[in-house]
Amino acid sequence: MDESALEKLKILAESARYDVSCASSGTSRSNKKGTIGSASGWGICHSFSEDGRCISLLKVMLTNYCMYDCAYCINRRSNDIRRATLSVSELVNITIEFYRRNYIEGLFLSSGVVRSPDYTMERLVRIIKDLRQVHRFNGYIHMKSIPGASQELVQEAGLYADRLSVNIEIPNEQSLQLLAPEKDFQSVFAPMRYIQQGVLQSAEDRKKYRYAPRFAPAGQSTQMIVGATPDTDKDILQVTSALYRRPTMKRVYYSGFVPVNGYDTRLPALKQPPLVRENRLYQADWLLRFYQFKVEEIVDDAYPDLDLEIDPKLAWALRHPEAFPVDVNRADYEMLLRVPGIGVKSAKLIVVSRRHGRLGSEQLKKIGIVMKKAQYFITCNELSMQTIQELKPENVRRILTKKTGRRVDDRQLILDFREERDT
Amino acid sequence: MKVFVYDKTLEGLLTAVFDAYYRKTFPDVLVGEGEPLPLFHEEVFTVITEEKKSNRVWKGLEKKLSKIALSGIMVGWLSELPGIDMLLFRYIRKNLDAKGSVEMNFGDPDILELSKIWKKVGQEKERLKQFTRFQKAADGTFFAAMEPLYNVLPLAIDFFADRFADQKWLLYDLKREYGYYYDMHEVIEVRFDKKENHLFSGILHEDIMDKDEKLFQKMWKQYFQSITIKERLNPKLQRQHMPVRFWKYLTEKQI
Repeated sequence: MDESALEKLKILAESARYDVSCASSGTSRSNKKGTIGSASGWGICHSFSEDGRCISLLKVMLTNYCMYDCAYCINRRSNDIRRATLSVSELVNITIEFYRRNYIEGLFLSSGVVRSPDYTMERLVRIIKDLRQVHRFNGYIHMKSIPGASQELVQEAGLYADRLSVNIEIPNEQSLQLLAPEKDFQSVFAPMRYIQQGVLQSAEDRKKYRYAPRFAPAGQSTQMIVGATPDTDKDILQVTSALYRRPTMKRVYYSGFVPVNGYDTRLPALKQPPLVRENRLYQADWLLRFYQFKVEEIVDDAYPDLDLEIDPKLAWALRHPEAFPVDVNRADYEMLLRVPGIGVKSAKLIVVSRRHGRLGSEQLKKIGIVMKKAQYFITCNELSMQTIQELKPENVRRILTKKTGRRVDDRQLILDFREERDT
Repeated sequence: MKVFVYDKTLEGLLTAVFDAYYRKTFPDVLVGEGEPLPLFHEEVFTVITEEKKSNRVWKGLEKKLSKIALSGIMVGWLSELPGIDMLLFRYIRKNLDAKGSVEMNFGDPDILELSKIWKKVGQEKERLKQFTRFQKAADGTFFAAMEPLYNVLPLAIDFFADRFADQKWLLYDLKREYGYYYDMHEVIEVRFDKKENHLFSGILHEDIMDKDEKLFQKMWKQYFQSITIKERLNPKLQRQHMPVRFWKYLTEKQI
């Protein structure tokens, strides 16, 4: 190991950084004698980079050479960037030494496609097999499955990886064809199906034989780029919701489009990545997974895009004033979850605490309910204040979106039309 | 105002609970030995810690409380917050006096308060797992130092012993001046009479580092730089997730 590996690590981390996923959750595995490390159920974030994103895994590419020319990707064939390839021993060594110093939870391995999907996939599988079997690495491994790889290789990868993922990137096949002519939905969804089959098969086997090998125990995840194509939030969330209906899909990530290839006219010229929109999509994603919302309740033909000014749960509440106010001392858990300002944890706390006596607003505040929002949607032990019924939704909206202090959100896209006129 | 003086240990606190029930007088204030008494006090009782008494209270609590709430008393104690002893005293008393189980009654201010302290201590424990950074010394021992807000090392030690089972390590609390050493067989609590420089600074001197240590530190720093997406800089979010007080001992944040 010498300084040349340092340079390669720099190039390959820079190439890998646009992948959002960094979760190390979903697998709980304690140390076995003679192995290195463990995996903790919830995952651990070991550091946070200056963009505020969690660093949990060593996110690195095996190589950033690529035969494809996808418009949105930094590593596309036609880009003139520095290219590098890590050797198996370098990659394994860095992973283990980082792990021993508690820098990381494990490895997130991806790669550019060289020669053919199967050729690349085979090399990736060899690395994680080496890590597991030769070096007895017991930490977390997330591997990107290469689109178009064969079922046999996906099958093998699942034996060593905790999580496998294939990125959809573009939620709509026509847009995908436009931006990545060498890819199609088939090449993305086929490996997804292989992973699902592998996981279900292994679960079935483990019912019969206790020691049957586990297959990607943390399931699979995927990613979509937001803002690179004209697709609405409705298009994106419908794909998401369909994916979550599949048994092994654990997470869908959204990546605000960063214009890495500014010269490509197929892509919009954004001044800033659409970070607020990305955030709203994550909030909607949470509603789907933890708040028992259906996708039609969040976005529909009348409201195809999420409201950037208010979160999707508040938006739903304002569209449905008839459901409120909710009596926190009586309403069932599902309804409590729908109140803006009450989260999963506080809803659970309310349910267990109200057995001992009626709850008032002081107690609710202490339990952790955001009363600033919730007050318009609930009644509790005290005389009710002005709720959405008296105030009308549009006024509640005005009160809750009233700006305090800084007026302009500098992370949000601002189109400067004036400049165009001048030139 | 009734005052109980005790030795500021958890066993002492449990003994105080026993004595209070036995005497049928309950303290308004708990004071450590040698600490000044409050200005107005009518009665001062000195608790003499006895294992037999504290064990009996603990046994009584075992019947009343769930395992989580029981370990919560330990966790609350390790927070070392001012006034935690009186809060725990009231918490224990409420649970012993109640007919049914009241540990889930978060409408009660003491029970809610203690649950919030659990959360804080638990979070600090998680941060210990997150932000501990080992440096490899020339003799092969991995050394890390921390200054946690609460005394959370005992809570996280099982995690470290499991994860880093095949390497020798020393995890040191600079603030409380003690640590845990793992020799690949068992974890032992250690204190040092004579302290070398790294037990003050938390950073190993280059002379006693493993020969590859500098290179891996350099790589990690490089990786930390390279993984940032420059278009999305958000230092506020970074500080929110990774408070500045930890940066002192983070390898990637050192120059």
